[in-house]
Amino acid sequence: MVRCPFIASLLFALTSVALAAEPIAVKVGYLRLPENKAAISLLDVPPDNDGIAGALLAIQDNNTTGKFLNQRFLLEDLRLKATDDPAAAAVAFAERGVSIVIADLPANALLKAADAGRERGLIFFNAGALDDQLREDDCRANIIHTAPTRSMLADGLAQYLVWKKWRRWLLVIGSHAGDRLYADMLRRAATRFGAKIVQERVFEDTGGARRTDSGAVQVQRQIPAFTQSAPAYDVLVAADESEVFAGYLPYRTWEARPVAGSAGLVPKGWDAAHDQWGANQLQNRFVAMFQRRMTALDGHAWAAARMIGEAVSRKQTADPKAMLDFLAGPDFALAAFKGQRLTLRDWNLQLRQPILLADGRVIVSVSPQEGFLHRASQLDTLGYDRAETRCRLK
Amino acid sequence: MTVRVGTTWRLLLALGVSLCSAGPASAFMAYVSNEKSNTVSVIDTDKWQVVRTIKVGQRPRGIEITKDQKFVLVAVGDDDTIEIIDRTTSEIVGTLPSGPDPELFVQDVVGKILYVANENDNTVTIIDIDKRERLGDVPVGVEPEGMAMSPDGKILVSTSETTNIAHFIDTTTRTIVSNVLVDARPRYAEFKQDGSELWVSSEIGGTVSVIDPVRREIKTKIKFEIPGLVRELIQPVGVNLTRDGKTGFVALGPANRIAVVDGVTHKVTKYLLVGQRVWHMAFTPDEKFLLSTNGLTNDVSVIDVASLRVIKTIPVGELPWGVTISQR
Repeated sequence: MVRCPFIASLLFALTSVALAAEPIAVKVGYLRLPENKAAISLLDVPPDNDGIAGALLAIQDNNTTGKFLNQRFLLEDLRLKATDDPAAAAVAFAERGVSIVIADLPANALLKAADAGRERGLIFFNAGALDDQLREDDCRANIIHTAPTRSMLADGLAQYLVWKKWRRWLLVIGSHAGDRLYADMLRRAATRFGAKIVQERVFEDTGGARRTDSGAVQVQRQIPAFTQSAPAYDVLVAADESEVFAGYLPYRTWEARPVAGSAGLVPKGWDAAHDQWGANQLQNRFVAMFQRRMTALDGHAWAAARMIGEAVSRKQTADPKAMLDFLAGPDFALAAFKGQRLTLRDWNLQLRQPILLADGRVIVSVSPQEGFLHRASQLDTLGYDRAETRCRLK
Repeated sequence: MTVRVGTTWRLLLALGVSLCSAGPASAFMAYVSNEKSNTVSVIDTDKWQVVRTIKVGQRPRGIEITKDQKFVLVAVGDDDTIEIIDRTTSEIVGTLPSGPDPELFVQDVVGKILYVANENDNTVTIIDIDKRERLGDVPVGVEPEGMAMSPDGKILVSTSETTNIAHFIDTTTRTIVSNVLVDARPRYAEFKQDGSELWVSSEIGGTVSVIDPVRREIKTKIKFEIPGLVRELIQPVGVNLTRDGKTGFVALGPANRIAVVDGVTHKVTKYLLVGQRVWHMAFTPDEKFLLSTNGLTNDVSVIDVASLRVIKTIPVGELPWGVTISQR
């Protein structure tokens, strides 16, 4: 009884400063299938809350805004095991009133979940999968992609290497499927921007642990030998998404050459060292909340949850269809601390974004590079462009 | 003897010349914060030259002169404070207790109270300038940045960059009374002198919202189109309005241009090419000249307001950010 007047006055205070009279509550799902990923560097072992931490920070920011607009955001985490059915998870989300899902899933699982959620009106944000296929032949009208594609990463790297006049590449490819896909995009980038791949080598994953007590001794002999007798090259470009070998390349190549791609100079959607364009503030908020640094996956999930916040605050609705229309339309712009507005490619719902080139300590450069021009948006010099796309959104 | 007389004459002449150049009422001092150099460049607006460089704390950005013209206040974000520079000695004589990472601030009408946007903790901090004491905080949205005081002193406007809201704060009750949603990443707010309009720039949205301060609604949005420039490069930041409200100047960041906007029709009438990443601006008190900081070219452009021409470029420190000009 005593608490009632207080609550009433609090409610009054909140509504009197709010723009929207009608309160809006948005339930966002976070769907993930954590992989037991090995990393060469201890510094790169993914934290348990990798990705979802970024989404939680954005949800908190959305709620600060929501306080003034009478909007509330909730995040529900759902962790799948390899044997779980992603389609069933999507249905379960829908039944609990979740209408938007941020997903960190491999391509196949994402498609299963999205297709199952579609008839229930669910929209998905892909924060984890880099596959170009998901934006091309397998594109979906209910999947927005905040993770960059392999082609965007490769193009971002290639523009810088060409600007640097490091045009002769020795391409070293891992033996996993993702490595081959990345290599395809690096070859495409070399052709587009005028680099030359002087030779390709495959580094076979023969299994085994990344960390052994005397492993470094072997690596020191193995990598120089592996990179010996190559044609003259300016830079070694590695495609190693599974972290089997790339981390061992810098300082160990036969010739004294820089390394780029999966080690050395790495193209990324976000990086813990990025501090330009006000990013410092976001990094500070993240560290204060989670006592660790913000990874690329955190960055992609953050962007997804912020896009949800943008759509709800601008359109004053929690209807996923209306949100999607707004996000794909001309009035949407995401401020994402990357020096320019981020927008969606309306032909495949991929978030346009600058690519950071990180060396693990600092951001060396940000692509697109000066001089790579485009009629519509310089960001469309990265990845498959409108004229090349095979996506037909349905 | 003749030699000594000659020397004296030369000295007297030199003194006379320097007195003359310092004499006219048009000599103002412009203070430019150099974000990367950790310095403030002092420009004599008669000579259009840097006459002094003052070392300050880390990452100086927001910069203002106190209403009594005695001090320059500069927010040094990485030191989490605001430094007070004595204008006569160019020495730092104290600090003001802002919250963490202060960026922009505004004084009340009489210059007693300072309102500071603290980007890192989502608050506006209220400071008594004379006592150098913190009077309180107002919680606002995420990453407060732009700050403006209504000409009657009753309303403080604070813009939140990630929340995309212009908060209207009653300066008596120190509470938010209205929120106006604007385009993405609002950076700067400026009232017309007659209080009839509030202009808020949105860096990422690429617009300036013209807000009716009475109804607290957006009247219109100023948009910018520059042939040959993609939309992403047009990032409005600094806004300055002439006292008569007839002309607005909007710094467009990496578009390297200042837009001249008709204050009545809200149409862009001209784009002035200045240095790279043009950020903030300030008028000389007679409004004859407008100075802009050009971050990436490390210089300040001088614009002749009557002819709308860039007449001079002055090299300053690295990454010039803010600028303020003395009234005398």
